[in-house]
Amino acid sequence: MTTARATEKAVTGRIHSWDLSTGVDGPGTRFVLFVSGCPLRCLYCANPDTWHMRDGREVTVDEVMAEIGKYRAFLTAAGGGVTITGGEPLLQPAFTGEVLRRCKETGLHTALDTSGFLGTRATDELLTRTDLVLLDIKSFDVSAYRRLTGGELTPTLNFATRLDRLGARTWIRYVLVPGWTDDPDAIDGLARFVAGLESVERVDILPFHKLGAPKYEALGIPFPLRDAPTPGRELVERVRRQFRAHGVTAH
Amino acid sequence: MTATVTTGSRTTEVWRHFAGTRWRSRIDVRDFIQANYTPYTGDASFLAGPTDRTRAVWAKVSALFPEERRKGILDVDAATPSTITSHAPGWIDRDRELIVGLQTDAPLKRAIMPNGGLRMVENGLKAYGYTPDPFVTRVFGTYRKTHNDGVFDAYTPEMRAARKAGIITGLPDAYGRGRIIGDYRRVALYGTGRLIEAKHAERALLDARPSTEHVIRDREELAEQIRALGELTRMAASYGCDVSRPATTAHEAVQWLYLGYLAAVKEQNGAAMSLGRTSTFLDVYLQRDLLEGVVDESRAQELIDDFVIKLRIVRFLRTPEYDALFSGDPTWVTESIGGIGRDGRTLVTRTSFRFLQTLYNLGPAPEPNLTVLWSPRLPAGFKEFCAQVSIDTSAVQYESDDLTRPRTGDDTAIACCVSAMAVGRQMQFFGARVNLAKALLYAVNGGRDEISGEQVAPDTPPLTGEYLDYEELSAAYDRMLDWLAATYVNALNVIHCMHDKYAYERVEMALHDHPVHRFMACGIAGLSVAADSLSAVRHARVKVIRDDTGLAVDYDVEGDFPAYGNNDDRADGIAAALVESFMEKVRRHPTYRDAEHTQSVLTITSNVVYGKHTGNTPDGRRAGAPFAPGANPMNGRDRHGVAASALSVAKLPYEQARDGISLTTTITPEGLGHVPAERAGALVGILDGYMGAGGFHMNVNVLNRATLEDAMEHPEKYPELTIRVSGYAVNFVRLTREQQLDVISRTFHGAL
Repeated sequence: MTTARATEKAVTGRIHSWDLSTGVDGPGTRFVLFVSGCPLRCLYCANPDTWHMRDGREVTVDEVMAEIGKYRAFLTAAGGGVTITGGEPLLQPAFTGEVLRRCKETGLHTALDTSGFLGTRATDELLTRTDLVLLDIKSFDVSAYRRLTGGELTPTLNFATRLDRLGARTWIRYVLVPGWTDDPDAIDGLARFVAGLESVERVDILPFHKLGAPKYEALGIPFPLRDAPTPGRELVERVRRQFRAHGVTAH
Repeated sequence: MTATVTTGSRTTEVWRHFAGTRWRSRIDVRDFIQANYTPYTGDASFLAGPTDRTRAVWAKVSALFPEERRKGILDVDAATPSTITSHAPGWIDRDRELIVGLQTDAPLKRAIMPNGGLRMVENGLKAYGYTPDPFVTRVFGTYRKTHNDGVFDAYTPEMRAARKAGIITGLPDAYGRGRIIGDYRRVALYGTGRLIEAKHAERALLDARPSTEHVIRDREELAEQIRALGELTRMAASYGCDVSRPATTAHEAVQWLYLGYLAAVKEQNGAAMSLGRTSTFLDVYLQRDLLEGVVDESRAQELIDDFVIKLRIVRFLRTPEYDALFSGDPTWVTESIGGIGRDGRTLVTRTSFRFLQTLYNLGPAPEPNLTVLWSPRLPAGFKEFCAQVSIDTSAVQYESDDLTRPRTGDDTAIACCVSAMAVGRQMQFFGARVNLAKALLYAVNGGRDEISGEQVAPDTPPLTGEYLDYEELSAAYDRMLDWLAATYVNALNVIHCMHDKYAYERVEMALHDHPVHRFMACGIAGLSVAADSLSAVRHARVKVIRDDTGLAVDYDVEGDFPAYGNNDDRADGIAAALVESFMEKVRRHPTYRDAEHTQSVLTITSNVVYGKHTGNTPDGRRAGAPFAPGANPMNGRDRHGVAASALSVAKLPYEQARDGISLTTTITPEGLGHVPAERAGALVGILDGYMGAGGFHMNVNVLNRATLEDAMEHPEKYPELTIRVSGYAVNFVRLTREQQLDVISRTFHGAL
């Protein structure tokens, strides 16, 4: 460590929590860091407790790395790594970028789970430290996207195109909510778009679930999709088939 | 040496094509395996499904299970104390069975074994509506003393009080101790004729020694071993098998080996009657027969399937209380599979796969207790298959080959759940366990029991502060554990002295070397409760609530504290230190027959019963609530997922718990990944990571909560639902409702 760096102000971020999970946030068993704060308000959000940065706990990158360090050997043996999710990691690009850099330095596989809404905040350098981008495309219909998330679709699509240009390995995540994101035409459009991106390895169809409902109750805020149905097996299969019809690997 | 067998006009050289020399001139099965086995590094694609014959035999015996479940036991011979030769031969389906031999003259019909204790037999009979036989009662009540009688003659009042209060519990003082693995492979490789010769030679070495008490006991035991081998030969002959000579084919090898095991389960109702490490040994014979064109893959699998059917129907007469403690009707027919040899070659063979394949061919079942000796260095194809079998059946447990190999060698087998021993060279005195959580309450209360108020441990000053002080509590706890370790080891010495005297495992010990290395296998329960309680006192504030007599009966925890199970050294360090400290205390006390002290961190499902008998604890656990099983973190307190929880457990030092450290994990299928095809690989990664971090044992249950809840309501729909609990697989529908709820309330490591 150079003297200059030692005197730099330690980079801090606000995080909600960390967890270890297997096979859901990238390959293998992963240390999953949930950062706080998100610019979108997706109606189906399972983690409303991560919406506000102010609710997070302030930590230094060193503290995060100390925790990750306890799992380094395990994660490596287990074919996993570290995933930064949230919240929206790109709301805190300096912190996220620094954690990614430090993880890469220690040889850990890194993944960034993002909506892409703040994709412009990810520098090329940040993306070179990211082995895998988990890009959540919430909908391919501009107005549906707006209604569902409160945000715009275009930044996400631009980000996807940029990732492709950079050759950044990407998995698309698509949350399937009956009545909201199951429109066959929109899905076809998305499939066609994704099929044109060489950097995309696969699409994971994530069936909407309501396991976050108790969090809304605890926070005293209404869960907008409380009464929405979860998708049946047939619907999930239909959507997977739609992607596959465009030559896209879909799970 | 060569041996031949003449059948009709054909003479067969029994050891044809076998290599190696050492094993020929002395009894050394490991040397035989090493010289002859064929490692297999491929995948599972060669395996064969069940034949019609296998299906028919399994269907016939399975048809008896519903009635057995309904009545508790299907039938029992109440009048014939079981010996190796006491019962006429019996069959499931005589024309179809490949591997023959039953404990009594009919499948699932139980035998009585009163040498362990007459009361256990009588209570067992009465519980299921049978009348104890007057002749048996007279013989064992008047003329023949039992192990149970002997123990109670020599127990001290303090031992009795500790036992009654449940601070020392589950002691094998009224039943067979079990956890001794005969090297049943010897019967197949050498035949009993040669084994008897070898035992005579061992015995002759004692002739020159002065007749001290120890030498006399050894001579008598060897005489009994020789007698038992003769009985085994006669019992086998009743099934038309001449086991006095070595097995000449794979079919005979499986059959001979099984008959050796059968003799053991005819003679002993041991708490765990484990099989050893037989698959790679048998593979040598199967491989030879495959090369000679005598069998094909389908036949090879059939032999293993039929063998496993027999292992699945081993039964003992026990009392409902015993079954409640151990969950169902366990026999712990543990078979250890896989591992790596000292020379670096894997010990995985095709027959390792064939044993696991029985879980598909016959459906999932808790017995035999299939145990994979895991190393990250195992062949990828085998690891992937194990993981897939786990995901599909939840019926496999894993133990670290890298921890056992340097200590007990590469011919180690697991007895019961987690007890590693060199097959045929080491045995253990099973010691159940002490309740560390209750001991902590005794430390607070100066040796008085928090439930009964009785003085159980020596009268010492209770802690009197309004809040518990960490230093003061630690010191009092340390003194309490000194007393507990002393009382415990001394009680175990009594038990094992009497077991050797009145219920000696003749045939199992005949399949060991003489002299044998003995372990005194102590154990601890309630580790996570004790560790969390100490963590609460240290890192939060714990207020004591006392009753009118000054007895501390409850605790009020103010503030948060780090809990064991989150890969946090502040709490995990306390747990590890407790393991070390109790082991050190145990070692201070001399053992019967100079057995080497060990301990386990293991409870089967008895964590429910221990919890029931333990009052409120300073970690906030309520009186009567179940403990976590084995070395598990407390239910729900491990908040960061299975990996964090496993890494906490991996910090417990195996060197100070050589009898095993058990971790039970329950993972939903989704918890192993979004894509089903990737789940086996993910599980392989978890096992590699955990064992790589020094973890010793892991049960893997892959299921979802809804399945379990449905099974509670509709047990008839799930006769085969198997879950793993602390080193052992049980039929979920055979658990008590309370145990079922406990299992469900355990953390489900499902990712949101």
